[in-house]
Amino acid sequence: MEEALTSLMKTRMRRGVIIDGLFYHGTRIFAWAVLTVMVAILVSLFMGAAPAIGKFGFGFLVSPAWNPVTKDFGAFVSIYGTLVTSVIAMVIGVPVSFGIALFITELSPRWLKRPIGIAIELLAAIPSIIYGMWGLFVFAPFFGDHMEPWISGFLGPVPLVGVLFSGPPLGIGLLTAGIVLAIMVIPFMSSVMRDMFEAVPPLLKESAYGMGATTWEVVRHAVLPYTRTGVVGSIMLGLGRALGETMAVTFVIGNANRVHASLFMPGNTISSSLANQFTEAVGEMYTSSLIALGLILFLITFVVLAVAKLMLRRLSDTRGSRS
Amino acid sequence: MEALRDMGLYRHRRAINFLILCASVLTTLFGLLWLVWLLWTLLSRGFQYLNLSVLLEATPPPGGSGGLGNAIVGSLVLTVAGVLIGAPAGMLAGTYLSEFARQSKIAAVVRFINDILLSAPSIILGVFVYEVIVVRMGHFSGWAGSMALALIVLPIVVWTTEDMLRLVSNSLREAAAALGAPRWKVTVAIVFRGARNGILTGILLAVARISGETAPLLFTALNNQFWSRSLNEPIANLPVVIFQFAMSPYDDWQHLAWAGALLITLTILLLNILVRVFLKAPKSRF
Repeated sequence: MEEALTSLMKTRMRRGVIIDGLFYHGTRIFAWAVLTVMVAILVSLFMGAAPAIGKFGFGFLVSPAWNPVTKDFGAFVSIYGTLVTSVIAMVIGVPVSFGIALFITELSPRWLKRPIGIAIELLAAIPSIIYGMWGLFVFAPFFGDHMEPWISGFLGPVPLVGVLFSGPPLGIGLLTAGIVLAIMVIPFMSSVMRDMFEAVPPLLKESAYGMGATTWEVVRHAVLPYTRTGVVGSIMLGLGRALGETMAVTFVIGNANRVHASLFMPGNTISSSLANQFTEAVGEMYTSSLIALGLILFLITFVVLAVAKLMLRRLSDTRGSRS
Repeated sequence: MEALRDMGLYRHRRAINFLILCASVLTTLFGLLWLVWLLWTLLSRGFQYLNLSVLLEATPPPGGSGGLGNAIVGSLVLTVAGVLIGAPAGMLAGTYLSEFARQSKIAAVVRFINDILLSAPSIILGVFVYEVIVVRMGHFSGWAGSMALALIVLPIVVWTTEDMLRLVSNSLREAAAALGAPRWKVTVAIVFRGARNGILTGILLAVARISGETAPLLFTALNNQFWSRSLNEPIANLPVVIFQFAMSPYDDWQHLAWAGALLITLTILLLNILVRVFLKAPKSRF
């Protein structure tokens, strides 16, 4: 009897050890799969872009050409459009996100915090293509009819800056794309900033209030210094999103392969070029140049997001929430 | 004199504080304005075209009558396939990070890469799948589309699973182990059960995220005018149909696009609200 029991226990234990091993290695394989996906994306983009890189070299980055007929391609216009629209999105989005985070953490009555937080997060959940349709059919006509003439009347005569805001008010173009991008990244940035602000120890804030500081002074001199890296990290995160955003921009950017001084004029971003042309591209060089654009976008966003991640992580390390 | 100057300084500080707090309220209203405007646009433009034939009939040729039925079914198929491929893989990877390798270097690297994948431009995933699957197979297909979606699901589920498993207290694990349960049984029967709602939340959020994704489907699943049954050929899906119809010059196509846009947005918002009300939403991260 006893012998049977011990042998039963032994087989059970042995089975447990075997399944444990399988389970451990099974989960480990999939953890490695995450890394493999990243490496595979990089390798496949490099391989796809190789013909274009081989033909154009580093000149690809600065050449404004984009001619499928003569097979002469360059990334400059798309890179310019990507950077300009993202910068516009940041100029509008950062102060607004900061204001929203400030409102939720310092001003809002307790019962209003959650509804506003959820509403802002819902804004992030709406798919990009919806922003695009709304941008093209509702926002762009409104913006072209009512805002752009006013902006160019106001800022147009200003030296240096004026040239950015002159030209025909078309509605669609770099500025509109930048504004739509701003709306799309505000939820990401403001919710990360809110989490940062909420993690500031109450003691720190209370001591500042105790010294007679106003709410703004508390934020400026206690909350912001404490969360500086996190705030920069959240901005980089928003920037990473803005750089790669595709469908919304594709609708409102105007799809024109030219660099204009004016922000009112249509342009192209890397992602909108891909969305518009990839399925129609004929010939190896055309496809390869588009993939090279994709590679450039991936490398830029990789660096931006890596910086964002490092800054956000350092913060959470000092807070000890990683353990 | 001194006191007067102090009063002036005090008033100055109060004024600045007041201005900035006003600006903060205004930015919040500014942020919420877009949500209202977007929803209003969708309701006013899409609601009138929502009817049964939109749900049941296939996409029409220009000028013909029809609906979005095949696209809706296609989207469901792609989403389910994407989640079925991506979610188990993500859960296993998340389990490894939380249960077996919490402090190790490799786990730190995987977390880092996973967070970058989480925010990587989805159109790049489309290009990647195009190169790896579409070019190899020689044609666009539903499989390629669902692979692209699975690559979006993967990092979301890895992150939420790890976060949620970490919340399960160690004493539960130790209690189970003390009863003689092997490691896998501790994980599956105790830890997973404790974190069930959290993991489910992650998967539902991933569903919400991919059901509106357009960019990665453009070069993978493509589109199909008919009721497509097989994942082995191009398959109709709501986002790409909306894109195509919205950009078309035909009125009835545009009407269908608005109806589809309303449908997608309502579904996604509903999923998000349900998750937030009934389950535990994960901390915001990338």
